[in-house]
Amino acid sequence: MDFNDTPTEAEYRAKVRAWLADAAAKYKDMPDAEGRNAEFVRRSKDWQKTKHDAGYTGITWPKAMGGQGLTPMHSIIFSQEESKTAAPTGLYAIGLGMCIPTVFTHGNPEVIQRFVPKALEGGEIWCQLFSEPAAGSDLAGIRTRAVRDGDDWVINGQKVWTTNAHLCDYGIIVTRTDPSKPKHKGLTMFIVDMHAPGVEARPLKQMSGGADFNEVFFTDVRVPDAWRLGEVGDGWKVALTTLMHERLAVGGKPRHSPDYNTLIDVARQIETEMGPAIEATHVRQKIADVYLADEGIKLTQMRALSALSKGQIPGAEQSISKVVVAKNMQDMAAFALDLSEAAGFMTDGGGSDLERLRASYMWSAGLRIAGGTDEILRNIIAERVLGLPGDLRPDKDTPFNEAKPL
Amino acid sequence: MNFDFSDDAKALRDQARRFLDERAGAAVARKAMDGDAPYDAELWTSVVELGWTAARVPEAHGGIGLSAEEACVLAEEVGRSLIPVPFVSTLMATEALLLAGSEAQQARWLPGIADGSVIATIGWAEGDAASPATTRGVRAEGGRLSGTKVPVPDLQGARLAIVSAAGRDGPSLHLVDLEGPGITIEAAPTLDLVRRHGRLTLDGAAAEPLGDAAAFHAWLDRAAVLSAWEAIGTGTVAMEMAVAYAKERVAFGQKIGRYQGVKHKCADMYVKLELARAHAMHGAWAMATDAPELGQAAAAARVAALDALKFAAEENVQLHGGIGFTWESDCQFYYRRNRQIAFALGSRAWWADRLVRTLERRNARAA
Ligand SMILES: Cc1cc2nc3c(=O)[nH]c(=O)nc-3n(C[C@H](O)[C@H](O)[C@H](O)COP(=O)(O)OP(=O)(O)OC[C@H]3O[C@@H](n4cnc5c(N)ncnc54)[C@H](O)[C@@H]3O)c2cc1C
Repeated sequence: MDFNDTPTEAEYRAKVRAWLADAAAKYKDMPDAEGRNAEFVRRSKDWQKTKHDAGYTGITWPKAMGGQGLTPMHSIIFSQEESKTAAPTGLYAIGLGMCIPTVFTHGNPEVIQRFVPKALEGGEIWCQLFSEPAAGSDLAGIRTRAVRDGDDWVINGQKVWTTNAHLCDYGIIVTRTDPSKPKHKGLTMFIVDMHAPGVEARPLKQMSGGADFNEVFFTDVRVPDAWRLGEVGDGWKVALTTLMHERLAVGGKPRHSPDYNTLIDVARQIETEMGPAIEATHVRQKIADVYLADEGIKLTQMRALSALSKGQIPGAEQSISKVVVAKNMQDMAAFALDLSEAAGFMTDGGGSDLERLRASYMWSAGLRIAGGTDEILRNIIAERVLGLPGDLRPDKDTPFNEAKPL
Repeated sequence: MNFDFSDDAKALRDQARRFLDERAGAAVARKAMDGDAPYDAELWTSVVELGWTAARVPEAHGGIGLSAEEACVLAEEVGRSLIPVPFVSTLMATEALLLAGSEAQQARWLPGIADGSVIATIGWAEGDAASPATTRGVRAEGGRLSGTKVPVPDLQGARLAIVSAAGRDGPSLHLVDLEGPGITIEAAPTLDLVRRHGRLTLDGAAAEPLGDAAAFHAWLDRAAVLSAWEAIGTGTVAMEMAVAYAKERVAFGQKIGRYQGVKHKCADMYVKLELARAHAMHGAWAMATDAPELGQAAAAARVAALDALKFAAEENVQLHGGIGFTWESDCQFYYRRNRQIAFALGSRAWWADRLVRTLERRNARAA
């Protein structure tokens, strides 16, 4: 066992660091662009292109696709170093982390050639059109219809909670193509042009105040059959590819969110009647708990990486990440805000640790839901890792259009 | 034993519930959030007409002279309703006057509180990490106060602020007429978008002491009982929302309430809220009878109620899934109010410590 980089890994890390020190320096003092859409998109596109030109995108992907043909360890090293900078990356997380790998796995060769290289250089932004008003956890319950018409398919229906749909160029969408089959059997996935006639994305405001997600309406939207991902009726299998990548893409702690170090810093500044907060037993216990969770997840991810670097497939341990991270963020933020008494409740301290903690308290509530809820992830752990029997699914084998909820 | 509210208190609760169900609730809170009035003046008039501000004021001062039980019942109902009026602040200030006010001070302020012409609030916070018992920023000198209190709930619109200031034996309360000179009031934005808070800057403002340091601590106990009831009210509605949704939302072909992951969470909300309610009943009894157990009962009620409210508010969002995380959903009101109530009288940790100190003192006395 060795936690240190191998000589080749160390060499790559040094090279990446040297490049980032120069290339990402300009983002350091820029005011935050989150929430300002046009500026955020412009900056993100610019950074993606810069990375692409320098050979730091699609690190694990074949060279023929515009990738670098390196190992997952190289990719991780790059992300680790990049996350220490202020360069903007969030806009591509879903597209490059989940959508494009799905296109790559299930698209036909022309489609791959058309979309993958362009996505890598950041020219086109992608979203994930899965959830609907009546189907979130139970994704296979979606109702958006796609009907064959000549060489095209015609899509009608509604998606919801689609992150960044209002900024995107393309999306991958799950549709129902055969309602007379049981729910998992009648699904088909496509690529859809977000600028096509009949597509309308309306931003939805989150509880936390921003508006990153959308409801998206599809009215007679035409998609060529060539943009189908996988076989007709195989949409569930294709969606699972996306979801597998989702666990890897969204499992960790969001970049720049407060962690145990923030709690240490906050506690050091607070004087209570009983002395400095940092000396109080309950505060020290909490810091220890947060460290155990934060670092435990990082180390668990390193185990998965080791498997990857040996060419093995990481196990379902990956699903523990988000369950731990999101709830832990919520609890730590509430604890730190409580510790700060009135100061933790006021909202005028832009940029401070407390402002980040308040944002974290609001945002963690969404993170516990996005990309599989805490409860669904526990089901996955119980069923897929531990082999416990699944919930009874009364509608599983009934034709979708005849199923009635219990 | 009759560990239950009096029939009078229950009748008042039913009347309050009917009024608030009809006139208040999340939709009204949303309107208040979107507007910029400090409070809903029309609703405040109705609340005054119902006699709630007069409830605790003795008849001699133009009130009804009801007991602490009635105050607790009203705090719970108001907590349920999120009604955007300065009732809880005024009620807590009333308790301070009842407890520590001289005959002249009571005669000066209580009639106005009873008839609704005086809105009152309490300012102890100073924006830093101080707990209620460490006042650093406001000093009293020769009948005048200087310094800043922030955030002060319901400050805009208030006529009377009861403010803590440093003293020889620790902080004590002072009465500040907000129409006097040397006073600046500004908005102070907080996580709670419905209940407005302000920054009160005192620059040699005229002030009268309201009791001593011991009275301040005695008031904290009473305020803690009332805040516990408010928290229980707010938390209970968050639970009711979650339970109603669990009975209606379908995933995987069945109501999500059939899943133990959902069902057990609802049950835990109930268990936490009922334990808090038992402590808060103990607190109500101790407050109404001036029992020596008040210190321990009040601290226990506040800590248990904060835990129950936090859990219900957070898991209510969770049980609603994506829709619960939207601005349009009412879940956010309870999630945000949970932070307001947690801050309002000092944090859970401070009250947990106070509980244990109270127990230690009691045990030392018994030994
Ligand atoms: C910030 C954010 C961003 C998002 N971005 C996207 C996106 O880009 N694209 C996209 O397609 N979707 C996105 N989503 C949607 C997300 O995937 C869904 O919200 C999530 O899967 C939950 O679905 P739901 O909202 O329908 O809740 P429901 O499925 O209705 O769940 C309601 C409650 O029931 C519980 N529950 C459901 N089934 C069970 C069970 N079997 N056992 C126990 N409990 C259960 C859930 O855990 C939850 O607490 C996003 C959501 C959020 C909050």
